[in-house]
Amino acid sequence: MNRVRDVAVRVRQVLQGDLEEVIALDAQVTGLKKPEYWAELYHRYGMGRRRERQFLVAEGARGIEGFVIGEVRDWEFGSPACGWVFGINVRPGRRQAGIGSQLLEAICEGFRSLGVTKVRTLLARDNNLVLSFFRAQGMMAAPFIPLEMELGQ
Amino acid sequence: MKLQKATRFALYSVLECAREPDRPVSATEIAEKYEVSIHHLSKVLRELGRAGILEAARGVGGGYRFKGNPRRLTLMDVIALFEDISSRSGAGREPGSRTEVGRALGVVLEEIDEIAKATFRSITIDTMLKLIERSQRPALQK
Repeated sequence: MNRVRDVAVRVRQVLQGDLEEVIALDAQVTGLKKPEYWAELYHRYGMGRRRERQFLVAEGARGIEGFVIGEVRDWEFGSPACGWVFGINVRPGRRQAGIGSQLLEAICEGFRSLGVTKVRTLLARDNNLVLSFFRAQGMMAAPFIPLEMELGQ
Repeated sequence: MKLQKATRFALYSVLECAREPDRPVSATEIAEKYEVSIHHLSKVLRELGRAGILEAARGVGGGYRFKGNPRRLTLMDVIALFEDISSRSGAGREPGSRTEVGRALGVVLEEIDEIAKATFRSITIDTMLKLIERSQRPALQK
């Protein structure tokens, strides 16, 4: 099945000392280094002040191998409380080794502990890699249609 | 979104073979299960063989074996072998499609097709096998 052997990782809450590695991992994937953005995300999601906000990392023998960020939101788009995954990433050389699945399972477990029974995410239509990942985890199309328009002058 | 017959037969065949990758599945078995013409199905199976997705196993107990990577091969990869859905809803081909109403309708149809294409591109054979397994569970529990 061409699956890379599973990599042993420990999924835990992010610590401030992890941020450098998270920023580097994100920059490796997106090509953009965004320290202020990640500091803000850490401030909002990573300090463990609110249980509904989660920022988790997968720590392996060589450091941070991936991260996931999400939160439980009430009545978002008219829907009862559900978990939203805003971001998930795994170091490119460590993919297909079960790390993404462990991260998603960990954040879903956190959502379950808060009493929610559904998890959602939103992705660009052409993001095949991450779309395929979520599909493989069992996600199907949600009963929503994202809409947008250009704002004229 | 409507797929051509050959495309549907191809998806049936690939998924049947991928469910039991070690066992050759005969064309007759697939044709009977899905109530399709063996003649038409044979052409589809040959095309899947040429594409390296299935492999023909000859002799007694012969048939077709799945040879692709189920975690990489998507529904779109199979569909693309049999039809081009990438530019299906382009304007200017149907009667009336160059009019202002036709063009506006084309925009809506294209939006629908773009979503369908993204769905086909994001679902691998492995994901389909899991979906089949999940859809069988309620039936087994009855």
